[in-house]
Amino acid sequence: MSTESIALPLSGASQGPLVEQLHQWVTTVDHKRLGILYILYALVFLVFGGVEATIMRIQLMRPHNNFVTPQVFNRMFTMHGTTMIFFVAMPVLFGFANYLIPLMIGARDMAFPRLNAFSFWMTAFGGLLLYFSFIGGDGLYGAGNAPDVGWFAYAPLTSQTFSRGHSTDFWILSLLVSGFGSVGTAINIIATILCMRCRGMTLAKMPLLVWLNLVMAGLVVLAVSPLTAAQLMLLVDRYLGGHFFDTQAGGSAVIWMHFFWVFGHPEVYVLVIPAFAFASEIIPVFSRKAIFGYPVMVAATICIGFIGMSVWAHHMFTVGMSSSANTFFVLSTMAIAVPTGIKIFNWLATMWGGQIQFKTPMLFCVAFLFQFLVAGLTGIMMSAAPFDWQLGNSYFVIAHFHYVIVGGILFTLFGAFYYWFPKMSGRMYSETFGKLHFWLFFIGFHLTFDFMHIPGILGMPRRIYTYEPGRGWDIWNLIVTAGVFFQAAGVLVFVGNLLRSYWRGKVAGSDPWDAWTLEWSTTSPPPTYNFATIPVVKSRRPLWDLKHPEDPDWRYE
Amino acid sequence: MYGLIAAEAAIFTIFVVAYIFYIGKSVTGPQPQDVLHVPIFLTVCLLSSSLTIHLALKFLRSGKVRSFAFWWLLTIALGAVFLAGTGREWRHLIYDEGLTIQTNLFGTTYYSLVGLHAFHVTVGLLALATVLLFTFLGNVGRQHAERVEVLSMYWHFVDVVWVVVFTVVYIVGR
Repeated sequence: MSTESIALPLSGASQGPLVEQLHQWVTTVDHKRLGILYILYALVFLVFGGVEATIMRIQLMRPHNNFVTPQVFNRMFTMHGTTMIFFVAMPVLFGFANYLIPLMIGARDMAFPRLNAFSFWMTAFGGLLLYFSFIGGDGLYGAGNAPDVGWFAYAPLTSQTFSRGHSTDFWILSLLVSGFGSVGTAINIIATILCMRCRGMTLAKMPLLVWLNLVMAGLVVLAVSPLTAAQLMLLVDRYLGGHFFDTQAGGSAVIWMHFFWVFGHPEVYVLVIPAFAFASEIIPVFSRKAIFGYPVMVAATICIGFIGMSVWAHHMFTVGMSSSANTFFVLSTMAIAVPTGIKIFNWLATMWGGQIQFKTPMLFCVAFLFQFLVAGLTGIMMSAAPFDWQLGNSYFVIAHFHYVIVGGILFTLFGAFYYWFPKMSGRMYSETFGKLHFWLFFIGFHLTFDFMHIPGILGMPRRIYTYEPGRGWDIWNLIVTAGVFFQAAGVLVFVGNLLRSYWRGKVAGSDPWDAWTLEWSTTSPPPTYNFATIPVVKSRRPLWDLKHPEDPDWRYE
Repeated sequence: MYGLIAAEAAIFTIFVVAYIFYIGKSVTGPQPQDVLHVPIFLTVCLLSSSLTIHLALKFLRSGKVRSFAFWWLLTIALGAVFLAGTGREWRHLIYDEGLTIQTNLFGTTYYSLVGLHAFHVTVGLLALATVLLFTFLGNVGRQHAERVEVLSMYWHFVDVVWVVVFTVVYIVGR
């Protein structure tokens, strides 16, 4: 952590024949390349997961539809959930964390570059293993295919008796393998943030994105490991004849639920906290104001991290727990709305009185604010156990958590893509196509997920492959499916925009947004060594200080 | 390493919770109070290996590589005795008492929890043996004390886990 300069290596590291370039990408330990690999990998799986969702929506478009068989439908919802959580959301967030954290804290790489590469390839092969099940799931019994036990794989459905063949094993093993990758990355992020900051960057001067990713990494360490343990137990049950989840031998199916959701609920925060992180970087820059209430934002995040570890059983109200357990989880779930509300007010206060520029990243973040608020409100509704007894396992729940994951996380992710695309590629994207993407996706999102609440309230259960006509669900399902095509069109525009801009976009320069964090102080794309001279910072907005020496931030902090 | 230890601790927590939750829930025998004997000697071996590894590290820091090698070897020996003892115990349970991982819930949870710990001891021993090999090849010196310390933290962690496992399995569980 000194200010020494390094000799600039000869440029042209990525030149040479295609094979050589490919070899460089496969063997890379550079955090920026691994970050991009993570992101591209997640985009590929986003398409897979999106196709699975589309298949389900076509099947449910009208009653008594025969687009796919019930068996295929079961596989689709299992694969859709597993793919989107483990092989889209987590890798893409790790990708951004990998790419941005060393740049933002003025470091030349992550703390453990080789562990970083190892973690990426573990995650990558975990995903391939899951998708290999379409071919290899048959096993010796000829009775398998892709996993079809739902993404939370409740016992006893996963026992050998009910899940013949190897489909469930593929599910277990792929999550086990990618889980090792996730924990490796999380440890790496923690070590990087705690040990690799440049001179002057105290914890209280880190960009909020770095702070939030630190909390996220802590949650990954504490949440993904229980899943690993539970998967090991399930393997013991399936292969060594154990009885962990075997009710006939005194085992308990409910304890699987506890173990799964001890992972499953913090996982939601693992995903949403980086989304908060993107919003906390993008909103100030496009409001031309420093973030409002920095210390409170940090405190609220840590608060969410802690409370998030103690709310898991609100997924299990319908299972039938004791009334004291119900009360505890109702109250803890409601309590988590407080720090989240603080964050929303802070973002609003950041925008208040600012010179807001509605560029594409900002549009996505503003939409996120309102959608996440609605998602939080339906969350509060369902945190009340009696209400949940009525609506648990209905389409209302599906609408709620898709509002969080798509309306909250995916929207800020798209914002982050547009915001950092100039940094990663060195080219500007097309603002016109960016806005087209936003509006298509925005309309599609609201068609799909606003109207999905209604059949839920009318009693439509989740995971059914078809339904009777005349229950009042028909029209709503048709609207929901119609929205999917808007979203798909939006994603096509997005991918087209990225590809076109990568080759044809106008050169971005190192700081197209007039932003304040360190990643914008180096060239776009940054050189392998990130900074020729390791920077020294004095405030939370080091680039502001650089650009405005007459009125630097550190006078006020 | 602290991060890894936190992750490992979370994994063990889940297994320990499962063990405690299932105490007395087995529908068939054998029950723990009938077949388990408290392994005091093995526990002493494993716990004292924490002391020996600490001493070894102290000698490495002051550059006395030969003393380091001696205490390091002793640590490995104590760990190996523990592992062999666990093996003997399992042999007794399987062949004399007829308790396997399939027999009942107690067998499932017992072999999983103790096995998970034994697996960590094995990994630890392999890592310790690698360092010993490097020491004999003359490649370990005072400058490596920090790295060796990271490994010793893992070994201490494995010992601490044994205290928990011992309490749960042999004291509470009986």
